[in-house]
Amino acid sequence: MELVVEKKRQLSDFRRDINRERRRLFVRRFFSNKLTVTGSVILLLTLLITIFGPMISAYNPYEMVVTSRLKAPSGEHLFGTDNLGRDLFARVVYGARASMGVGLSVAIITSILGMVVGLYSSYYKILDHILMRICDGLMAFPAILLAIALMAALGTKIENVIIALSAVFTPYVARVVRSAALVVREQTYIEAMKAQGASSLRIIWAHIAPNTLSPLIVYATFIFADAIIIEAGLSFLGVGVPAPDPSWGNILYDGKLVIFTAWWMTFFPGIAIILSVLGLNLFGDGLRDLLDPHTNRSKK
Amino acid sequence: MGEHLLEVKKLKTHFQTERGKVTAVDGISLHVDRGEVLAIVGESGCGKSVTAQSILRLFEENGVTTYDGEINFEGKNLLEQPLSEMRKIRGNDISMIFQDPLSSLNPVFTIGDQIMEPIMLHQKLSKKEAYKRAIEMLKLIGIPAPEQRVHEYPHQISGGMRQRVMIAIALACQPKLLIADEPTTALDVTIQSQILELIDSLRQKLDMGIMLITHDLGVVAQHCTRVAVMYLGEVVEEGDVDSLFENPLHPYTQGLINSIPQLTGDRNQKLSIIKGMVPSLNDIPKGCRFAPRCPYASAKCIEEKPALETLENNKRIMCWHYKEIEGAVSNAT
Repeated sequence: MELVVEKKRQLSDFRRDINRERRRLFVRRFFSNKLTVTGSVILLLTLLITIFGPMISAYNPYEMVVTSRLKAPSGEHLFGTDNLGRDLFARVVYGARASMGVGLSVAIITSILGMVVGLYSSYYKILDHILMRICDGLMAFPAILLAIALMAALGTKIENVIIALSAVFTPYVARVVRSAALVVREQTYIEAMKAQGASSLRIIWAHIAPNTLSPLIVYATFIFADAIIIEAGLSFLGVGVPAPDPSWGNILYDGKLVIFTAWWMTFFPGIAIILSVLGLNLFGDGLRDLLDPHTNRSKK
Repeated sequence: MGEHLLEVKKLKTHFQTERGKVTAVDGISLHVDRGEVLAIVGESGCGKSVTAQSILRLFEENGVTTYDGEINFEGKNLLEQPLSEMRKIRGNDISMIFQDPLSSLNPVFTIGDQIMEPIMLHQKLSKKEAYKRAIEMLKLIGIPAPEQRVHEYPHQISGGMRQRVMIAIALACQPKLLIADEPTTALDVTIQSQILELIDSLRQKLDMGIMLITHDLGVVAQHCTRVAVMYLGEVVEEGDVDSLFENPLHPYTQGLINSIPQLTGDRNQKLSIIKGMVPSLNDIPKGCRFAPRCPYASAKCIEEKPALETLENNKRIMCWHYKEIEGAVSNAT
């Protein structure tokens, strides 16, 4: 009896050791790529600012102080003030909520929709023809033009920005998932599953889907970044997040009239966009190397 | 003999391809009884695997693949069953082991999960019971430290081990018929014999019928009870192992047997081969399908197709000249 207990303990120890070792290797591989680490740090900082930023900002982003319009950055106003006398730091920090929020929502929604469309079109031939032609049609428009058109039809509201951008990006995600799923579908283990009596539903979701996750996750980070840029573009053109709510795009819009007198109004939101997008792209690149065993050796 | 476990009658499998309809399996009839091993041998491209997969109806059916004939399994014609019924039979009554163990397991699940899958699907057992069964199965197929192995992923175990796991999956629900499609081709010789011994002992334990597809005649001689030789989508000869090896009637069977490398005898003698290649399914010869490659072919063979004749002790043969060439094989084992 004691022997059995001892054996079981040894076994669980062994398993714990193996898992710990595996995690250690993963972490080491992650940290061995400096760009990935840089990207993750930037991304993490951006997320922290998005979540906690409003708490550290001393000013209300909507409060207009007419007497202190277009003040240059100083100790009082870290990023200066805008044309209506609002604190720019507060606006950039609150704007992060809109921009990152739109980016993240779009990344999540497109991942889910893209996965459904991609998986089903990889599995059913007739559905494939229908869905992929729709995707081709959507992809034929330049992303930003389609987004503008959709916003014009839906009306300027932050929820509509998310809907429009999801519609724009879903076909791209669907393509990625579909191509990964087509490869998996031809594997013997899918046929073996069929020979074991698994239903199509089960084969699609339990066996094909997990195998398409790594390209999907990587692609979702790029969609995140693209959504931030396009959201900024839409807000800059006046069809995105409506004033007075701050978003990096509409701060830029406000700043473009005074770009020669108040450089800080375009500089700081611009930097915010660049940094968050750069962080996401570096992170996505690193993630791809990490998740795809075929590329991670060749890079060094 | 009464009711066979599996009886295939005049099965035809057609594929719709860009170059027209192709008949990969052309009117074959076979049967497998409980506890017996039927071997299907033949060169690559003779329709062996297609036959196996047709029995489980694994091909996409929406106009791409069509079947003719009958596949009777325990009195039910599988070709007439709805797909939902087929799903219940697959993995539960009829299991299949695939050729390539390296790609037959899903890389994202542990082997335990994959053994439990058909058990939970067909036997409606709880996760805990299925886990117990999975461990039992791993023990049964001789994998050491099963409690440890169930948590491992396919890439962590060797090819021979993976094929064992495949067997465990196939046998998890104690099927009545096991279809093994070249189960040992990808493995080395020692593992190969272990796997075959394993299948053999499980057959005796569970009283399964086995359909073993192979091109290794050594395996056939050792493990099978009956043999069907396939050529270009047809069964050209069928009989008991002993009589087939001692007295192969069809020139194609003789050719196959003659091309087994011999350990004894003249070492400088060249290995005999069957001339030519299996023709494409797009241009099937008009007469006997083997005639273009047959050393005994006459004008009649090229013009007219022979019928499958049934001889004494369940032997069947499809050849015009089998009586004349009987015994022409000298050094058959």
